[in-house]
Amino acid sequence: MNVQATTPGVAEFDVRPVNKKANRSFYAKRVKIHPKRAQGAFRRLKWIVMAVTLTIYYVTPWLRWSRGLGAPDQAVLIDFEHRRFYFFFIELWPQEVYYFTGLLVMAGIGLFFMTSLAGRVWCGYACPQTVWTDLFLVVERAVEGDRNARIRLDKAPFGIAKLRKRATKHALWLLIALATGGGWVFYFADAPTLARDLLQLQAPMAAYVTIGILTFTTYVFGGLMREQVCIYMCPWPRIQGAMLDEESLVVTYHEWRGEPRGKHQKSSTGARLGDCVDCNACVVVCPMGIDIRDGQQLECITCALCIDACNGVMKKLGRPANLIGYDTLANDRRRAVGQPTHYRLWRPRTILYATLWSVLGLFMVYALATRADLEISVLHDRSPMFVALMDGGLRNGYTVRALNKRHDERRLHLAIAGLPGAELTIVGQQGADIVVPPDDVRSIKAYVRLPTGAVRPPSTDFRFVLTDAVGRSSAQYDTVFRGPE
Amino acid sequence: MADQKHIDDFSGTSTTGHEWDGIRELDTPLPRWWLWTFYATIIFAVVYWVFMPSWPGVTGYARGFLGYSSRAAVDASMIQAKQAMAGMRDRLATTSLADIEKSPDLLEFAAAGGRSAFAVNCSQCHGADAGGRRGFPNLNDDDWLWGGKLDDVDFTITHGVRNGADPDARSSQMPRFLADGILTQAQIGDVADYALSLSGATHDAVAAARGQPLFAENCAACHGDKGEGNKDFGAPRLSDKIWLYGGDRNTIIQSISYARNGVMPNWGARFDAETIKELTIYVHSLGGGQ
Repeated sequence: MNVQATTPGVAEFDVRPVNKKANRSFYAKRVKIHPKRAQGAFRRLKWIVMAVTLTIYYVTPWLRWSRGLGAPDQAVLIDFEHRRFYFFFIELWPQEVYYFTGLLVMAGIGLFFMTSLAGRVWCGYACPQTVWTDLFLVVERAVEGDRNARIRLDKAPFGIAKLRKRATKHALWLLIALATGGGWVFYFADAPTLARDLLQLQAPMAAYVTIGILTFTTYVFGGLMREQVCIYMCPWPRIQGAMLDEESLVVTYHEWRGEPRGKHQKSSTGARLGDCVDCNACVVVCPMGIDIRDGQQLECITCALCIDACNGVMKKLGRPANLIGYDTLANDRRRAVGQPTHYRLWRPRTILYATLWSVLGLFMVYALATRADLEISVLHDRSPMFVALMDGGLRNGYTVRALNKRHDERRLHLAIAGLPGAELTIVGQQGADIVVPPDDVRSIKAYVRLPTGAVRPPSTDFRFVLTDAVGRSSAQYDTVFRGPE
Repeated sequence: MADQKHIDDFSGTSTTGHEWDGIRELDTPLPRWWLWTFYATIIFAVVYWVFMPSWPGVTGYARGFLGYSSRAAVDASMIQAKQAMAGMRDRLATTSLADIEKSPDLLEFAAAGGRSAFAVNCSQCHGADAGGRRGFPNLNDDDWLWGGKLDDVDFTITHGVRNGADPDARSSQMPRFLADGILTQAQIGDVADYALSLSGATHDAVAAARGQPLFAENCAACHGDKGEGNKDFGAPRLSDKIWLYGGDRNTIIQSISYARNGVMPNWGARFDAETIKELTIYVHSLGGGQ
């Protein structure tokens, strides 16, 4: 006799993992996933992460930071118009874009490090796609109900009630999407001013267009495409396979403990069954539409909701928790044969990532701390390279740019070094002192004249030196003096 | 085409039925987003045909409902640019050259306008960088044939040099000392050596001594006793290191024998007063202005 019945006290779900590799076809349309609400430790953690990340996203542009008169008082501001980036006490100029490059490289290595330690924690908890999809799901659940109600609504004939629910849901989604795009633009302008302008329909067109685009992408990605973004559009799931090894923590189904799965303690032949009662609770909560019991797969974002679902069932059945849990593949194998488990956090891979990350970070901190508050750049006139003068002397022209990164006006002294006998003149003024406005660049034209008789090979190296009037800081720039071949 | 669909064993995807040496072509469907993008481009193309100039005809072309024309757009933007500059150009017209140089924004505007006018009209002879070349003066240096003050440069640009078109053009004529039989070949050689001695170049001292009285008699009237030149006649200074046609002995003999009479158009006939001012300011700003 082979009686099929549910395990007492455990709800069994009729659900198909639609994104299981074997179930996917190029020809088939997407099958909508209706994730059921999960409850447990990881769900709580995800709520907290969602609250924190969304708070950071929305609140950051409104933080103020005093920088003195004439400078913006927004803590984090990307000012395209004046070509400055402000981050609390840091102010970056466009030519310092390598700090961004460095930060991005650090973010990349940090991601590698996290992934090799704990798998796709970024995907599962902090990725905007995950956070916003979660947010959209909350709205969907609030308006249309949980899984079963949503499925019923999908199948229901079109009517007033369905229309009302659908309209409410999409309207709320669009509102969230609008707020997302709206939050983004505040990073690029003074937030209170822009907010007022936006409401009075007087903001720049770029702001409205940006909000429009981000509203659209948020709505489509978070509301309509969801798991497809991760499976088909995102390159990271494909790359991260290279970061993981068998010592990385991943969401694992302990096959040795769960199998053979079955609804009874014993099979019809009397053999002892595994802990998995095949209730499909893990599948029904999965936002990606897969079955974790199939093992590691590209579609899994390690959101850990299946752990919560399964632990709930295990508790009801009075069996040990974590049939599905965070574990390394190596430990899973050790557990299967009864060996003691151990975690190897420090492996060549993680050490390399951590070292690279720290070295880069220290280097950036050092560079930032010792960053000069004045800079000079010199462009030698190319056309003409040099001018022969009546007395037989030679003259070279230069465009000198003096950068003052401080917020007060400075008198900077320009001089040349390494070209004996040469004299420097600045066009349009007497003397060699340049007054540079606060937080600005001054471009001047300078002539260097080498009298007749001086040694003058076709090209002589020398340098311009820019000194603070009080002599606290200086900057120099190497260039050449050209003469006839 | 094969009658029956062949399913590939490995991918489970059907094949197109095409086969080359046993290799079959998978019939993988196009991604949906790609298809939609493709359809969208087709729709865009049709809309574009309707609104924008598109199909060529025998005597013209389909102009489209919007009536766009790139030529009209250029004209419009030129007019717009002129209007945008009108305020500054009005100020240029009413401001003296000396005052323009004292006003930073006008100076910048004039120099920028002058640079582009120079590139179009003057660079053919004077070079893109105004660096000059043989026979065409370098405008960057401190040597000026007709004067390097603002008003001198302005006058030279407006009326030109020896062009026969403008009665006020800078004008003077150097005699052709050999061709017109004024000096003999030997005398010209001596004068050349004397001319070389004026700027301290290597020369034959004996010949130069012979050349000195000849120079005083024939050349000093314009070039000055010590070869210091005369800007009223555009007579080059001979005592400096800059030679417009070349400073070697043979070239100097050539210059004396057959004379040099450089020409320049009278740009006042072609440009409005503001452009002349812009060019003057630009040339004056190149580093040699006096």
